Amino acid sequence: MSESTGLGAVALLSRRRVVDQVLTVTLSVVMAGTLALLLWVLGYVGVEGLKYLGPEFLTQTPPGNAADAGGGFLNGIIGSTIMVGIATVIAVPIGVGTAIYVQEYAGPGAGTARFLTDVLVGIPSIVTGAFVYAIWVVHFGFSGIAGGLALGLVMTPLIVRTSEEMLRLVSRDLREASLAMGIGRARTIVSVVLPTASSGLITGVMLAVARAMGETAPLLLTALGNDLFIETNPTKRMSSLSLQIFGNAITGYRTAQARAWAGALTLIALVLIFTLIARLVGRRSAIAGR
Amino acid sequence: MADHRIEISGLSAFYGAFRAVEDVNLTIEPGSITAFIGPSGCGKSTVLRSLNRMHETIPGARTEGKVLLGDQDIYDRSVDPVAVRRAIGMVFQRANPFPTMSIYDNVASGLRLNGVTKRGVLDEVVETSLRSANLWNEVSGRLGSPGAGLSGGQQQRLCIARAIAVKPQVLLMDEPCSALDPISTLAIEDLMIQLKTSYTIVIVTHNMQQAARVSDNTAFFTVEGLGTSGRLVETGPTRRIFESPSVKRTEEYIAGRFG
Repeated sequence: MSESTGLGAVALLSRRRVVDQVLTVTLSVVMAGTLALLLWVLGYVGVEGLKYLGPEFLTQTPPGNAADAGGGFLNGIIGSTIMVGIATVIAVPIGVGTAIYVQEYAGPGAGTARFLTDVLVGIPSIVTGAFVYAIWVVHFGFSGIAGGLALGLVMTPLIVRTSEEMLRLVSRDLREASLAMGIGRARTIVSVVLPTASSGLITGVMLAVARAMGETAPLLLTALGNDLFIETNPTKRMSSLSLQIFGNAITGYRTAQARAWAGALTLIALVLIFTLIARLVGRRSAIAGR
Repeated sequence: MADHRIEISGLSAFYGAFRAVEDVNLTIEPGSITAFIGPSGCGKSTVLRSLNRMHETIPGARTEGKVLLGDQDIYDRSVDPVAVRRAIGMVFQRANPFPTMSIYDNVASGLRLNGVTKRGVLDEVVETSLRSANLWNEVSGRLGSPGAGLSGGQQQRLCIARAIAVKPQVLLMDEPCSALDPISTLAIEDLMIQLKTSYTIVIVTHNMQQAARVSDNTAFFTVEGLGTSGRLVETGPTRRIFESPSVKRTEEYIAGRFG
């Protein structure tokens, strides 16, 4: 009897082993496929981009005639940085503030705010651009500020969502520990909850920044673009990397397309650099808080 | 420091419409250890959390009745719950040191977040609090390392040090040893007996041996079934409660017949 029980157990075990093997292999293939796609995109942009990316590309503006070789996207790099900077300054306080209100206070309107955020995330960015065109550009003209506003509108709901998620991950135990020491609620949020969630909050903000860096449609209707010279005044029309990649890629000239590839690689590199800086700053402030 | 008795009268605690505990009347003597015992769901933790107004931090939760600390009702309209919690500290079931802070900063956090910034003052409070919590000898050389890196028992003592650093009059402990091994548990129990000269201690415990070992007085709570309110059955000196309880229900619980 003990023998038959033993055999049954072995059969069950081997069946489970087969299922286990099959699933492991399937999931590994899916994972490898995803990874391969990602590497393909990065590799392709890298190879094509490196053909032209160089000191000239990073220090010059595009040639007057798109068919000409040479020139660079310096004005776009500067424009992107300024406009995404404006957008971040607008979106981070509003986004994190909303998340704190919804998650920590859950006061009146929290449910509505959460719902509207979800709706805002789903709005196509060209619509956001058209909105800013209607309420701002019509009155004040195309400008870097208008571009920053449009990008800020794209970033805000993303930041609200990720921040809310990150705040939710902070255990209630920590809030209780702080409250139970006679520390007020606001102080608890600022000194305990936010530092604990900081790395997650930074990641969320950087995802939104990366998204804004790549946005093209809303900028077409707000910042318009400017490839004549380097513009650092945000009250004037400006170029951005994304606008230049778009503008150069659609020309059909190999020379312009080479610039577009180099621009795409620069965009990826910029996002990476910003993310690294944000991580370092976040880590330093966490240490300083000790 | 621990010179005020706590008088609970007609205390009920609610979660939304559900009355979790009904009409608790109890006096807690200063400078003693009072244990709350009883089966799960009887409301002993809820009563404990009502003593420093932590209960109401849960959405929808509220209380009725009076809790006097000395002659001050902590539920009086004029009383700020934040001030109540400064006077009545709390240690939780799971050790919860702040993960972003060092050992030093965990202990200093209560003072610092209340505006004390003088290094000398903080240094002194951190040392005396860690000494009081019997943790100083183990951590004095690494005050700058993260509090979360300590063992479970050490983390719980760190939380006790953090709680007493703001110099409360009363220390509430919500099953402080339930996640600890026997040796760490013993360390905390010894600590409680040392601390009761300076603080009034109220402890919720599921461990009846623990209640018998450390407490001077015991309050037994029970609940009849799911959806009914918990209530205080009887209270008295621990020895009497354990040796000759006056209510049959208490005797059955202590004998291990239910709960």
